[in-house]
Amino acid sequence: MSREWIQKSLLICIVMTITILSGVQFYRHRHFQLPIVAGPGVTKVTMLSDYCQSLKGTPADTRVFFMEGAEEGGKTLIIANTHSNEPAAILAALIFIENAMVDRGSLIVIPQFNNSGSRNTKPGDGYVLFFDIPTEWGSKRFRMGNRNAAPLDQWPDPDVYVHYPDKKLFSFLDARNTNRTWPGRENGLLMEKVTFAAMELMRTEGVDVAIDIHGAETMFPVTNCIVAPKKAMRIATITSMIVNAREGFENHVEPSPKSFRGLSHREIGDFSETMPFLLEAPLPFLDQPTGPKTEALLLDGKDPFLLSLSKQKKLFVPYDSTGWSMEKRVGQHCSVILELMNQFSRRNRERSIIVSQVPKYAEIIERGVGFYYKDPDKADRERIYYN
Amino acid sequence: MPFITILYYGISIFIAAMLIWNFVKEKHDTQKMALCLIVLIPFLLRIFRIR
Repeated sequence: MSREWIQKSLLICIVMTITILSGVQFYRHRHFQLPIVAGPGVTKVTMLSDYCQSLKGTPADTRVFFMEGAEEGGKTLIIANTHSNEPAAILAALIFIENAMVDRGSLIVIPQFNNSGSRNTKPGDGYVLFFDIPTEWGSKRFRMGNRNAAPLDQWPDPDVYVHYPDKKLFSFLDARNTNRTWPGRENGLLMEKVTFAAMELMRTEGVDVAIDIHGAETMFPVTNCIVAPKKAMRIATITSMIVNAREGFENHVEPSPKSFRGLSHREIGDFSETMPFLLEAPLPFLDQPTGPKTEALLLDGKDPFLLSLSKQKKLFVPYDSTGWSMEKRVGQHCSVILELMNQFSRRNRERSIIVSQVPKYAEIIERGVGFYYKDPDKADRERIYYN
Repeated sequence: MPFITILYYGISIFIAAMLIWNFVKEKHDTQKMALCLIVLIPFLLRIFRIR
């Protein structure tokens, strides 16, 4: 063998070794299955593709948990992990699935709305692949996903994403963003099928309230808030005032812009009878001027660069050396969801939704998020669902 | 499979073939050889649908 080919063979071996070593980590992340223990309130579990046949068998299909009360009433849909790099959403959704008891009406929860996005990562930002939540029985491991669906599942990307049906132009990346593809269509892009299926679920089941849970940068003005269109504004405003007065945390209200299409808080309200709300909790991990994107930053939200920016009044939320912990974010989401349902029920007695056993802000901060998760090893096998 | 996807697979195969050809053709520049191999990885993953 010539010297040239010895050199080339050596190079091929080095590149293959690096590719396989890193590839195994990405493969494990993409194929990791999260066990979800269906709590005593869960009455049935279906797939999102039951509402859109073209979604069946695709990597974007995901589980839908139903909690139906003994008495007829209204229906609330909780959508989590629309953006899978905003994990307080799935943590709050799992608290509802594993603990909530519904006395009247129904609660429907989609814990991993963008299933493909939860199996994607952002290597350019050095995202962690997993994070662990400490519990009384050990720790519960979660995939850390990305904002958009994996290009492995929806490919090729268009040069420009033309939103359906309004024909607004978006970045090509937004074709894989399930908060730009609402209201979706049955035979469109894969992410349009996901949002179409959710629209069909809301129309078929007669959902009254839809709550889409998110997280946002502390340097972004639309953070720590409830985003609502005009028809949901009154309930959002009163909820904001009540959680501030009773539970001591600020959560202002932002109006849903009429011309900004494709977002859940815009399209759900325009294309169905459902009243939509989008919740944003501050997520320092997403801010650009931070240190390394570590698991610690994700969980406690402490960062010296953000602290410095806070002192210069560059952030849109109060920020000190205690950071912005996962417990605060999940606690805010749980309290705001409960209060939104409470306020809706007060105004629509015949469609009221009564939910119990879900902890609020102060309890979650005191006991931690993991306190509310059940041990899959001790749970009835038939009550465990992998997603 | 939509026509556009087939077309993109065709483009991927073409670029992968060009990269392999450049790798084979290069006689001295080690950096260029390594560059060809690294750039080739995503095209091979796409063509062979390794997920």
